[in-house]
Amino acid sequence: MKFYIPPQLKRLFVAFAIFISLFLVVRHFLRPATFGQYGHYRGASLEENAALPAHYAGQSACFDCHQDIEDMKKLDKHSSIHCETCHGPGLKHIESSDAKDIVKPAGREFCAKCHQTNAARNLKVVFQRNLAGHNTDKNCTECHNPHKPWKEKK
Amino acid sequence: MEREEIKSSRRKFLKSAAILTGATIGYSWLKGSTFLLHGAEPEDKAVPWYGIVIDIEKCIGCGSCAASCKQENDVPKEPFFFRNWVEMYTVKNDGSVEIQSPNGGIDGFKQTVPDDEIFKAFFVPKMCNHCAKSPCEQVCPVGATYLSPEGVVLIDEKYCLGCRYCIQACPYGCRFIHPVKKVANKCTLCYHRLKKGLDPACMEVCPTGARMYGNLRDKNSKIVLFLKEHTTQVLRANLNTGSKLHYNELRSEVR
Repeated sequence: MKFYIPPQLKRLFVAFAIFISLFLVVRHFLRPATFGQYGHYRGASLEENAALPAHYAGQSACFDCHQDIEDMKKLDKHSSIHCETCHGPGLKHIESSDAKDIVKPAGREFCAKCHQTNAARNLKVVFQRNLAGHNTDKNCTECHNPHKPWKEKK
Repeated sequence: MEREEIKSSRRKFLKSAAILTGATIGYSWLKGSTFLLHGAEPEDKAVPWYGIVIDIEKCIGCGSCAASCKQENDVPKEPFFFRNWVEMYTVKNDGSVEIQSPNGGIDGFKQTVPDDEIFKAFFVPKMCNHCAKSPCEQVCPVGATYLSPEGVVLIDEKYCLGCRYCIQACPYGCRFIHPVKKVANKCTLCYHRLKKGLDPACMEVCPTGARMYGNLRDKNSKIVLFLKEHTTQVLRANLNTGSKLHYNELRSEVR
């Protein structure tokens, strides 16, 4: 049994071989070096993503300097809340030790974000007050120390 | 004689065609069935495989997560595009549902429905589900979005064309075009923080501990124990995205 290939197919095979090898050559030059190292993506991108700068330091970094706040905070209801929840990103402040680089939140609106009564908030999780009827002429921090909110200021 | 030759070659052709077809179907079935059931977990057991749990009962809708995420990942506050955001669901007594997310919850929520009309209300924080079989990864024409070995869906910002195909593909609406960089952007589970040994920014600042992440492979990790003890659900399980974001106490009204 002889395997017969028509001559017009032979020419087509040659054309195919040329196109495919041309494609492989172009691909070789256009493909980034680490593409396909781990999967269908540029492997170097993993390191690029990991190298992005952080802005939040984590609460233990705050307590390296503010030991007094740690001692005060752990006694009361806000003990589970990390510093940066209210004070914002702290890495810049840690590097400069400048008070300008950290947020000191103030005003009734800020406390209201958690403590304003709302049917969607679980009463077991957070203490709530209708701030529209609670010492409306005063700022929250005039009576409450935000680091130990249940002990009223003298 | 000639007739005999044709017959035998036809038989040979049919035979080889049948073997090829059978092998192809068999291979795709074997490969496909494990893929459908388990998702594409990498083999290396030393690498963590991250999952996330959000406890809806504990969320008080303060919006700290959404605010901190923008600051940590250098996403401008306005225009209001979010890597993570909070929605407030209010189910009224007549059965209608009101869903609100003013500025993604960054500036807090105000209940606009009078208390006596509310049947129930709750907050649902939303973020990237870090799907094991993510639709966004599958549609990317250049391989600029991918599942990292840790199970985090990441974007290669240098390689992204900004074609927006992934934004359409994500069933959870978690992607957007970065207003400055003009390429696709999304939650990375703060991959840069994980690699530095820090918690993701949203988990760091959550005041009630409603958010949790951990290694799903470590059967003694906090997150696996939580999943064992609670009835959790993923969003749009019917789409088979292999979502790794599990919600505790998820109500049927949530979309």
